[in-house]
Amino acid sequence: MAATNKVYLDNGATTRVLPEVLEAMLPYFGEVYGNPSSLHDWGEEAKDAMEESRGKVAELLNANAEEIVFTSTGTESNNLAVKGIASAYKDKGKHIVISAIEHFSVMHSARTLSKEGFTVTTVPVDKDGLVDPDAIAGAIQKDTVLVSIMHANGEIGTIQPLKEIAAVTKKAGVLLHTDAVASAGNIPTDVKDLGVDALSLASNQFYGPKGVAALWVRKGVRFLPLFDGGIQEGGRRAGTDNVPGIVGMGKAAEIAKKDMSLNGERLIPLRDRLINGLTAKIERTILTGHPTRRLPGHASFCVEFIEGEAMLMMLNMHGVAASSGSACTSKALKASHVLLALGIDHALAQGSLVFTIGLENTIEDIDHVLEVFPAVVDRLRQMSPLYDKYLKARQGVK
Amino acid sequence: MKKFIYLDHAATTPVHSRVLEAMLPFFTERFCNPSAVYTVAQESRKAVDGARKTVADILGCVPRDVIFTSGGSESDNMAIKGGALALKESGNHIITSAIEHHAVTESCHFMEKLGFEVTYLPVDRYGVARLDALEKAINQRTVLVSIMTANNEVGTIQPVAEISRIVKNHPAGRGRTIIFHTDAVQAAGSLDINVDRLGVDMLSLSSHKFYGPKGVGVFYLRRNTPFISWQNGGSQERNRRAGTENVSGIIGTGVALQLAEENREHYVRHCTRLRDRLIEGIMSAIQDVHLTGHPTERLPNNVSFCFEYVEGESILLSLDFAGIAASSGSACTSASIEPSGVLLAMGVPVQVAHGSLRMTLGTDNTDEDIDYVLSTLAGIVERLRSISPLARKSAHV
Repeated sequence: MAATNKVYLDNGATTRVLPEVLEAMLPYFGEVYGNPSSLHDWGEEAKDAMEESRGKVAELLNANAEEIVFTSTGTESNNLAVKGIASAYKDKGKHIVISAIEHFSVMHSARTLSKEGFTVTTVPVDKDGLVDPDAIAGAIQKDTVLVSIMHANGEIGTIQPLKEIAAVTKKAGVLLHTDAVASAGNIPTDVKDLGVDALSLASNQFYGPKGVAALWVRKGVRFLPLFDGGIQEGGRRAGTDNVPGIVGMGKAAEIAKKDMSLNGERLIPLRDRLINGLTAKIERTILTGHPTRRLPGHASFCVEFIEGEAMLMMLNMHGVAASSGSACTSKALKASHVLLALGIDHALAQGSLVFTIGLENTIEDIDHVLEVFPAVVDRLRQMSPLYDKYLKARQGVK
Repeated sequence: MKKFIYLDHAATTPVHSRVLEAMLPFFTERFCNPSAVYTVAQESRKAVDGARKTVADILGCVPRDVIFTSGGSESDNMAIKGGALALKESGNHIITSAIEHHAVTESCHFMEKLGFEVTYLPVDRYGVARLDALEKAINQRTVLVSIMTANNEVGTIQPVAEISRIVKNHPAGRGRTIIFHTDAVQAAGSLDINVDRLGVDMLSLSSHKFYGPKGVGVFYLRRNTPFISWQNGGSQERNRRAGTENVSGIIGTGVALQLAEENREHYVRHCTRLRDRLIEGIMSAIQDVHLTGHPTERLPNNVSFCFEYVEGESILLSLDFAGIAASSGSACTSASIEPSGVLLAMGVPVQVAHGSLRMTLGTDNTDEDIDYVLSTLAGIVERLRSISPLARKSAHV
């Protein structure tokens, strides 16, 4: 079968831009093209559109517009938050806390800070990927300036008890940043309700364009910029604003907020159909992440005896686009740090497979996967020496 | 009928229709994340690689030396911070000029806070970096030199190849690396930006300055040049710039730079002619006006003046009212009321620097546009001067 990827189940890597979003962006390429920093009408018009979008993104977060800083990617937002906040408060202390399953942009930012004299405590997660708020309380020291715990994990879908964690950080007087790149626009991310001090989100995760993202930072919380230069974004992020991208992100945020509960209602049954179907049809397959506290469209598994990459290739031949983990690291053949942190062993972690269901997916898509995937697994297992060993051992037991 | 004449192309340009056309499929059809392994994602990967090849061919380098960023400011930050920090064991001295873009200057200020010493080379009255000062400034601790290819405010073109020869042949750099970076953000589409002919190790570009989209830039990093990544995360751009690739923006950049390069000769001829008409027209119609920047070694699209006895802001507002978009300097700092550091560095007195006006031409500007500006500007300046206390005082003297 020709690989046309009719069934796209990698919405966690990126989503398709909605037609309404693209339509909203179009005038800002060739018609309203002014630089929003310019004082003339051309610039003013672009600036007005940008500020309207800032308001829409703020609404998605139940935040104030002036607290939103537009950036280029979720990665940049996470770098800006982790390095920027920690550096701004380094006179107060040089200790930060993250979890063992953070995205590389948070983890590696923390590693950069550790080279600058910060110490980093990495709190573990349980087998479902949950961070224990008490563990955060235990990790906070006198010199802790920042805790960064993701809202939802892109590889295993687990949603953290952020409100409980925020209660801990608030009590300790420590700032809390959350990487909400996988969650924002898909589940509620009301910053007042969550109680966080900073939050990263990326437009391409909720049907907006790539190349634009944002960082929300509560008013009064200081952070140093990542890029120095002009005074765009209130001096918090130098560089000409990506006006069409920002307009697209605003539109996507507006739509996401409006449709969020409906989307959840539609996606969760599809997700559960896939999870239940796959785990029932294929033996020695586990769901990774939390069974219920997970992103609405997120179904992730470890299939024993075979490799995720091989499954992806075979699924690709059946027109199914899926992932073996984070797109950011898909070139790395190492086992995922997230799966290892759940206590999954190296061998099983190699069989990682992630389906992320999006708004375009139908029940037929799910049934297509349920139909083709068992045969894929069978075929790969037949070639697997590990599976052969397992079968022989099982027969020996009988 | 109200006129709409855009003369602020140094601030940003409209996206070329063919650029937008090339970008469109990558929003809604070919929208995949190029880091994924399946077929449609690999098509995105191939498209990104194609754009990288296009940019590399124009820069005269191999594709792997081209890193896509979010814009010129990010590229400049990466160069100064990522380059200097990578060499901090070898030295802590940076050399730049007094008229760099804020992305370079502010990055240098950041490095000063980290214990680096920065020399801000003086420029002559035309804004050309003083090469004798450069020669003297390079010392055993110098690790990075950053001089822009052409200035965004006054359009002066720097002798980048000559600067490279000084940096690369200096005895203080023997046996070790002194990185040479150039901010070529204003140069693309107007000048040759071949990295070997310029002799640079790092170069910054911004797509929206050459009829490409905002939100995407290029950072050229010559192979084996010491560099520390400034944004950490995934392994995109060969571990040098983490973050999901802005696929449509990258595609747009490739097409835009290709078009700019193909049209460069025509563009330069067209803009230079209009530029010189505008400069000559203003000089002959208005008294007490000074062309800023170099009379000949300047960007083909840059017309910059200081008008005595008036504020640049007032001229801008009047021009805006007449349907003409111009600028008083850099768009990145246009909310600032300080006079331009670039003009002051060139020796323009503070009072005069307040009267700065920049008009930057583009492919769509016509002779009629120039006629209209010339017919409007003299009256505006005359009216503003008639209400200026400075002008009155001077008239009495």
